[in-house]
Amino acid sequence: MTNHLGQDVLVVGASAAGLSTAEALRRGGHRGRLTLIDAELHPPYDRPPLSKQFLSGAWNDARIALRPPEALSELDADFVLGERATHLDVAQRRVKTNTGRVVSADSVVIATGVRPRRLAGQEAFTGAHVLRSVDDARRLRAGLRPGRRLVVVGNGVLGSEVAATARGLGLSVSLVGSAEQPMGGQLGDLGASELAAVHRAAGVNLVGGHHVRSLIGESGRGGRVTGVVLDSGEVLPADEVIVAIGSEPATDWLIGSGLELDDGVLCDSRCRAADGVWAVGDVARWEHLGLGGTIRLENRTNATEQAIAVARDVLGDGEPYLPVPFFWTDQYGVKIQMYGAIPPGARTEVVDGDPADGRFVALAHDDDRLVGVLGWGIPKQTRVRRQELAEQMAASVPALR
Amino acid sequence: MKITLDQDKCVASGQCVTAADSVFDQRDEDGIAVLLDAEPSPEREAEVRQAAAVCPVLAIRIQS
Ligand SMILES: Cc1cc2nc3c(=O)[nH]c(=O)nc-3n(C[C@H](O)[C@H](O)[C@H](O)COP(=O)(O)OP(=O)(O)OC[C@H]3O[C@@H](n4cnc5c(N)ncnc54)[C@H](O)[C@@H]3O)c2cc1C
Ligand code: SF4
Repeated sequence: MTNHLGQDVLVVGASAAGLSTAEALRRGGHRGRLTLIDAELHPPYDRPPLSKQFLSGAWNDARIALRPPEALSELDADFVLGERATHLDVAQRRVKTNTGRVVSADSVVIATGVRPRRLAGQEAFTGAHVLRSVDDARRLRAGLRPGRRLVVVGNGVLGSEVAATARGLGLSVSLVGSAEQPMGGQLGDLGASELAAVHRAAGVNLVGGHHVRSLIGESGRGGRVTGVVLDSGEVLPADEVIVAIGSEPATDWLIGSGLELDDGVLCDSRCRAADGVWAVGDVARWEHLGLGGTIRLENRTNATEQAIAVARDVLGDGEPYLPVPFFWTDQYGVKIQMYGAIPPGARTEVVDGDPADGRFVALAHDDDRLVGVLGWGIPKQTRVRRQELAEQMAASVPALR
Repeated sequence: MKITLDQDKCVASGQCVTAADSVFDQRDEDGIAVLLDAEPSPEREAEVRQAAAVCPVLAIRIQS
């Protein structure tokens, strides 16, 4: 293992997953050259607050920094910020950036995350937003003034969070999306109908079961957006629009590299994409031996945990990465948490608390197999149930190694 | 080893308890983490470091 400790490592993408990989490498004793490249100019910051405390104005820039400046300098790494990787030579483990810089290393870790999908033609309008970066969040925040009309396109987790935050700021909000109820795809029927109830009680206009056909606005490039056209032909008038219709892995720079790209960088069970090349975080699709297939997770805890697993493997001490998938969302002060997943058709049963009291844990079973634990305003009791899921998953791992 | 926990940052994810349940717990009412032991013994070091590393909001600080 010693020989790995002095090798050069290049991490592309210096956000949650990339930075955590770098830190885990150093904690593991790595003392070789460590380089992190990121297209953004800002020092690494955290994204979950961008739709919550940062968007509401409760938190400032300093609070969303992933690390204080001292911790970044202690890492003793070269940060190349504001440069986009444009090319990877897998055999040479060499990355080129848009400025012509070339960086070679013994190991390359791909941590480029995802980028938001947009509606066709959206870029032509002022006031039509997406939300992934702190710059996106600033622009959106500037438009969220009391009394204005916000239409949120997409009723998944991000859209639901933005709707909640915007209501808190006193806007009139419509939440439109293809799911019948907000986060219907993630929370199952019980959770989604509870979520619909809190959004409704807060005064959000819920428009579920609809696709958006297009945006309309003032003519000419940069004209203001004025409304959203639904598939029914109905028009929802808007002063600001946020499009939250999902994301796609940021893998355009890897096309032609020889790496297999299939909704993410395809990796083996140790998150290896090729010899000496790993992928981590939102961009990585890997073979999860406990779930029997490849998965890609877009959530914050995975970014850190996968980074720890990848750093170990880079240092020659890895093992298959088998997390219990987890995500949380906070809306109107309710902490909603999910371990595993609730597939369509799963049977859910409340095992703790009571939806009527706004606190409960529900288990989801698919053919008698526990597949998900949903917690609503009751984090501790929810985590206690995680163990069952972990044990069951471990039991279904074929034979490790 | 001395540790501090910033409850203002905590999002009640429970990762720290899963990593080191003799050092961390969560409040029953809202899941915010609490320290059971602010000066854990050296044999707990590895799991406490793991807890600090997996906390998604870096609410846990270790002062050697
Ligand atoms: C608004 C918002 C709210 C969220 N809320 C939650 C939540 O409540 N709970 C939860 O679990 N998760 C949440 N998430 C998801 C969580 O933030 C992500 O899972 C996490 O950020 C993933 O980290 P990552 O490092 O893999 O990717 P990212 O954070 O996307 O980082 C990728 C980095 O790579 C850089 N990059 C991309 N392409 C290139 C290139 N070619 N060259 C150089 N650099 C490049 C980007 O600039 C970026 O900095 C939220 C995300 C957003 C956007
Ligand atoms: S891991 Fe961090 S955010 Fe999660 S409960 Fe512990 S302190 Fe809070």
